[in-house]
Amino acid sequence: MQKLIDRIRELLADGTVARVLGWRTGDLPYNPEPAYFECEEELQDFVYNGFCGANLSKYMIEASRLEGKTLVCLKPCDTYSFNQLLKEHRVDREKAYIIGVGCKGKLDIEKIKKQGIKGIESISGAEIEEAAESLTIQTIYGEKTCAYKDAMLERCHVCKGKEHQIYDELIGDSSDTTDADRFAQVRRIEAMSPQEKFAFFQNELSKCIRCNACRNVCPACSCRKCVFDSTKFDSSQKANADSFEEKMFHIIRAFHVAGRCTDCGECSRVCPQGIPLHLFNRKFIKDINELYGEYQAGEDITADTPLTHFTFGDAEPSIVGERG
Amino acid sequence: MSIEKNEEFRPKIVAFCCNWCSYAGADLAGSSRLTYPADVKIIRVPCSCRVNPMFILRAFEKGADGVIMCGCHPGDCHYSTGNYYARRRMTLLFSMLDFIGVENGRTRVEWVSAAEGVKFSATMNEFVEKIYSLGKNVRLEDLRCRS
Ligand code: SF4
Ligand code: SF4
Ligand code: SF4
Repeated sequence: MQKLIDRIRELLADGTVARVLGWRTGDLPYNPEPAYFECEEELQDFVYNGFCGANLSKYMIEASRLEGKTLVCLKPCDTYSFNQLLKEHRVDREKAYIIGVGCKGKLDIEKIKKQGIKGIESISGAEIEEAAESLTIQTIYGEKTCAYKDAMLERCHVCKGKEHQIYDELIGDSSDTTDADRFAQVRRIEAMSPQEKFAFFQNELSKCIRCNACRNVCPACSCRKCVFDSTKFDSSQKANADSFEEKMFHIIRAFHVAGRCTDCGECSRVCPQGIPLHLFNRKFIKDINELYGEYQAGEDITADTPLTHFTFGDAEPSIVGERG
Repeated sequence: MSIEKNEEFRPKIVAFCCNWCSYAGADLAGSSRLTYPADVKIIRVPCSCRVNPMFILRAFEKGADGVIMCGCHPGDCHYSTGNYYARRRMTLLFSMLDFIGVENGRTRVEWVSAAEGVKFSATMNEFVEKIYSLGKNVRLEDLRCRS
């Protein structure tokens, strides 16, 4: 991290960039937050550790309208989002100075708490200098340990790889964290009976409090006016009134990002209710891959997007029932 | 004494028909005196591509038991390509509805040209039959909208 900070200082001092988009230490040991840094003193709070899961690419929409260049730190998965935004003309490449930061997997505090570790005072092992096998956690009930792998975000187990898709320079090492199949759970649900599927989603979606965090954090949800804010939309700005509204919100949210969602995993990370939103996104991704050819949003910005292109021989919608 | 009513189930079917082909096909079915159940309510849209996923969900919300979308045959779209986009969209949406447990038979897409009055009537008869066998839609309805 020292190398990263030194380089950021340099670029800020020599005027290459007007500001830095990074992470600032939070009020707890595990909640660094996205922040702008404009001068040397502010950089004292800069941090890059295992809890910096937040994807900063969406902030570049705003930063693209500011005077001068913005230095932005992007993890490998974040660069897909940036690329996708570039493709959609939402960000200005000229206004960004991208430092591709290394990644050894990011942590999910909820996973740590689920292991019964409460009253956390400090966590060591989350600094990413050398790959830590385990975390040592000081709590008010004494010292606890937890394997790094067991505390990792779901998305890091299915990481798309540690290659940055776009950058100006790279700093820091990465290590492979992929140990699961991204579509395994989708397949498991597909194999269920309609009753079981319905019960599964009813149970998950009924937890939704419509805080809209999943939409707000999503780099693909970049519309300046969102359907969920429209006063004509009957479930805007309020909790879901019934199971229909829950399903509608989730289907429409996922549909609006279908073909553009890079599977960056931010929506699932921020959901306060722990709803596996990635299941919806990945169902669309899986269908697109199977029906219209392999497609990874944010990889090749010149590629045809699946929902704005077609072929004459595309499958008919009846395929949904036919493939069983 | 109970006041249980044993009313017969009559499905509500919403059919989105494009102005240029399927709506004309429905017209032809009528003028050829072909019959199809009155449970089918047709909503005319300029093009099948106009149907966004919300339309389908809304129809279910308001109490439809089945929703069918009809458009020009691929290659015959009045606007050249609208139905090709619609085809991808509906495929993904129907697949998603299936994924969350809404019975797949409740949604359908059929391409009906202005000359296919017979196909229109046959399709509607078949679809209504299917919805009869599936029964009332309870998985995607807004109870407040049921009368
Ligand atoms: S998905 Fe991959 S690149 Fe992204 S935070 Fe996880 S391990 Fe890092
Ligand atoms: S973040 Fe979670 S609780 Fe909030 S609106 Fe999205 S799914 Fe619902
Ligand atoms: S839907 Fe979720 S995974 Fe997809 S781009 Fe948005 S935040 Fe990322």
